[in-house]
Amino acid sequence: MSATPHDHDQHESCRHYLRSISEYLDGTLSDTLCDEIEAHMATCENCRVVVNTLSKTVLLYRRLPSPEMPDEVKERLFKVLDLRPYYHADESSEKPAE
Amino acid sequence: MTNADDAEMVARLQAGDQAAYAQLVDENAGRIYRLALRMLGSEADAEDVLQETFLSAFKSIENFEARSSLSTWLYRIATNAALMRLRRKEPQQVSVDEPIESDDGELIPRQFFDFCCLPETDLLRDEARAEMMRAIEELPATLRSVFVLRDIEGLSTEETAETLNLSISAVKSRLMRARLKLRERLSIYFAHATEETR
Repeated sequence: MSATPHDHDQHESCRHYLRSISEYLDGTLSDTLCDEIEAHMATCENCRVVVNTLSKTVLLYRRLPSPEMPDEVKERLFKVLDLRPYYHADESSEKPAE
Repeated sequence: MTNADDAEMVARLQAGDQAAYAQLVDENAGRIYRLALRMLGSEADAEDVLQETFLSAFKSIENFEARSSLSTWLYRIATNAALMRLRRKEPQQVSVDEPIESDDGELIPRQFFDFCCLPETDLLRDEARAEMMRAIEELPATLRSVFVLRDIEGLSTEETAETLNLSISAVKSRLMRARLKLRERLSIYFAHATEETR
């Protein structure tokens, strides 16, 4: 995976571990494979950057603010579904509106 | 909602209880809208998918056999509706900056800018978030659906597989490819942004 010159064996190692880095981040790999990846990262700067930035990428997406559904979208939904008497903007009640 | 609650709700829905229909909408519409918006990037399309999802669910509730939870079932209907909409749109553009794909479909990273240690104010500013959303929208639909369900909506691998009717290994493979593509894209963005501020 490296952009800098690597010998063939090193390059093959990078590709081998690359296949597992997503599961490595999710914590679903065996301890043995985790140890191997960590040992590889200690000697391969590019793989270390890929793993760290991949982890950061996932974290940044998880921290995106959740878009709220506008009240008017919900109101139109209830109308389309023929449930208008049950519409409440606060989403807290299931009783028909007065 | 527990399995028992789900069973009671299904019984009420199948009996045509209008209050149960409204409750189902109240409890799930926000999630479905958010999912559709993440998948499609357009508020108008997201609203269409939201309406299609519940219209379709109400139409087929009689045949619901509770092999999955109601919420997973709704997610599946919504995801399929969003994917159908995506397939009708223009073909995916392939950027020259995308990671190299080998013959067996493996993605090989080629961006090595380490943006991990940038200040939070740089990582979380509006422009960076807008770039993140554009990057999702440019993922192929098959990768986008897995990434949105798994990494943004927080479904487990198993739930994502069930929702998309995929094998566990297909979910893992697509998730990895989606993450790698997004990482490449963010690496380029943050490298350029950092260069400009110097």
